[in-house]
Amino acid sequence: MGRYVTRSFLWMFPVLFFISVVTFALCHAVPGGPFDREKVLPAEIVANLNRHYGLDQPLWKQYADYMGFTRNPSGQFAGVLQGKFGPSYSSRSRTVNDIFAAHLPVSATLGLAALALAVGLGVPLGVLAALKQNSLWDYLSMGLAIFGVSVSPVVLGPLLILVFALALNWFPVAGWGRFEQVIMPATALGLGSSAIIARLTRASMLQVIREDYILTARAKGLDERVIMVRHALKNAFIPVATILGPMFAMLVTGTFVIEQVFAIPGMGKYFITSIGNRDYPVVTGAILLYAVFLVFSNLAVDITYAFLDPRIQYS
Amino acid sequence: MTTREGAAQRLVEGARPDTVAQQKVTNLWLDAWRRLVRNKAAVLGVIIIILLVVIAVFAPRIAPYGYAEGDSNDNYMTPLWLTKVLPGHVEKYATIGDKFILGADYLGRDLLSRIIYGIRVSLPVGLMGALVALLIGLVYGCISGFYGGKVDNIMMRIVDIMYAFPTMLLIILMMAFFKTSFGGAAEPSTPAYTFNQINKVVDRVLGLEGGGMLFIFMGIGVTAWMRTARLARGQILSLKEKEFIEASRMIGASDLRIIVRHLLPNIIGPILVSVTLSIPSYISTEVFLSFIGLGVDPPTPSWGSLISDGVRALRSYPNQVLFPSIALSITMFAFNFLGDGLRDALDPRMRGTS
Repeated sequence: MGRYVTRSFLWMFPVLFFISVVTFALCHAVPGGPFDREKVLPAEIVANLNRHYGLDQPLWKQYADYMGFTRNPSGQFAGVLQGKFGPSYSSRSRTVNDIFAAHLPVSATLGLAALALAVGLGVPLGVLAALKQNSLWDYLSMGLAIFGVSVSPVVLGPLLILVFALALNWFPVAGWGRFEQVIMPATALGLGSSAIIARLTRASMLQVIREDYILTARAKGLDERVIMVRHALKNAFIPVATILGPMFAMLVTGTFVIEQVFAIPGMGKYFITSIGNRDYPVVTGAILLYAVFLVFSNLAVDITYAFLDPRIQYS
Repeated sequence: MTTREGAAQRLVEGARPDTVAQQKVTNLWLDAWRRLVRNKAAVLGVIIIILLVVIAVFAPRIAPYGYAEGDSNDNYMTPLWLTKVLPGHVEKYATIGDKFILGADYLGRDLLSRIIYGIRVSLPVGLMGALVALLIGLVYGCISGFYGGKVDNIMMRIVDIMYAFPTMLLIILMMAFFKTSFGGAAEPSTPAYTFNQINKVVDRVLGLEGGGMLFIFMGIGVTAWMRTARLARGQILSLKEKEFIEASRMIGASDLRIIVRHLLPNIIGPILVSVTLSIPSYISTEVFLSFIGLGVDPPTPSWGSLISDGVRALRSYPNQVLFPSIALSITMFAFNFLGDGLRDALDPRMRGTS
């Protein structure tokens, strides 16, 4: 177990290194520079700006400086390794760290709220559907499952606004900051995932409750509720746990569209405008940060397995 | 050769008492087909998909107007029947006119025609994603699983790395790269020029001049193959140790032959199901991209860009969002119904489980 975790942990480094190289290269391969304006700047000014940001250096050196492998032109190690994502070319007064600090928590909150909704709605519905097969609950959860995967957040967002904000006036149309403003975007984002979770929980619950050890537990005369929660659900949750990692990452990156619909000041808008502005540090930094998220959440899921199912052995 | 191998496979399979082959002489695919036809939702899905294909092919005849054709005097023109259905008081500010069945957009273009042409974006994107997933993913997964050892290790590490990319962000960045590098005018005989030319051909084939469809295909294709690759590898790994593979190896069948004749037919079912069920995700990726303005180039209509335009007028003209949304959702339902049906048909044990 310890060795497995260490190995997965160490494997993260080459993965992140590779991702940083690809992203950095791709960013710089996009034609145009960060200082292209409609009103063309004088060549001397562009040259000065380039020198100021180290953009006159060879590409490998820029990369090494950005990552903090080498000393940058001002003679310091100030890169990603040191926790510094560099300056933003388009918002002069803020560093990329400032931008992330201001906008990432918003996206993360939205992603977490969506995940909470997905698990909170999906697991109980899936369990109910499995326990009461072919009942109303079963049809409801399967209906939700097909609805959730077929109606995309792009559709669901405006639809929710139309119904619950404009027609019924229950929630504010858009914006961010208050609790009521989280509910609709989180629903738009998380409903599809709750459908996937409901389906998966139902399937694995159906499999688990037919296992011998459930019969044994019943034969011992245990309380039905204890059997379901302690014996069945714990094991039925394993396949669900496997998708939570990627799902969280998908939700956090999926916020991009929802942020546009609900006018939420998250990372999504920043990322897209930064690509247009050739604001390399913002783009590379965002992708790297999300990649770290992704890798860590997958690792966390791997470790949760061992907790949920002691039969799983790592070698 | 064929008969001997076949005999060997039958021999091994026959050794197991409860194979389908012994109970009833029937073809697995025929069996699956019968089960699929009996599934009402799946049949409905197929009918919808066929209908969509027909509408897409004959779009110029079916659509009342061209997708880029519009008079700004007609902007936001709303037909009478819609003013009665829509909430709010559209009739107080909208130009009422029955020129357009579903209304006109902010440039006075017919919404219905644009939705119809939008099928030409969404369907090819879904099918192309599936094709890439099937071709590249299958070949990659088969090679990795079949040869195992070092090859497998390296190939799967590459997939692991690709999996660690935040997919949506990578696709967005790629789209920006493709569009700016290959989209503009480039010198002849450079790769950019070649891509540009291919893109023009693709757009012309789809009847969407200047839509930039190739770049969307590429952006989605980059990440579409990984799931199939993993799935195929897993299946091959568990199958290749089976007796019938050993038997055909003993007879002297080549690797390619073993993969194509013996392994592929056994794994293709789950893969087809997985690929079909992924089609909605490719479609929605394109919708996302067009929604944020990195998908098709205007004036080409995509359901994503229609919804994005509509969201801006959500309060006043909800029909602008509603109808493209309905079109998109129906398409997604159809593919999900078909995918579920395929899964139930190809693997009845899985019925209603996942």
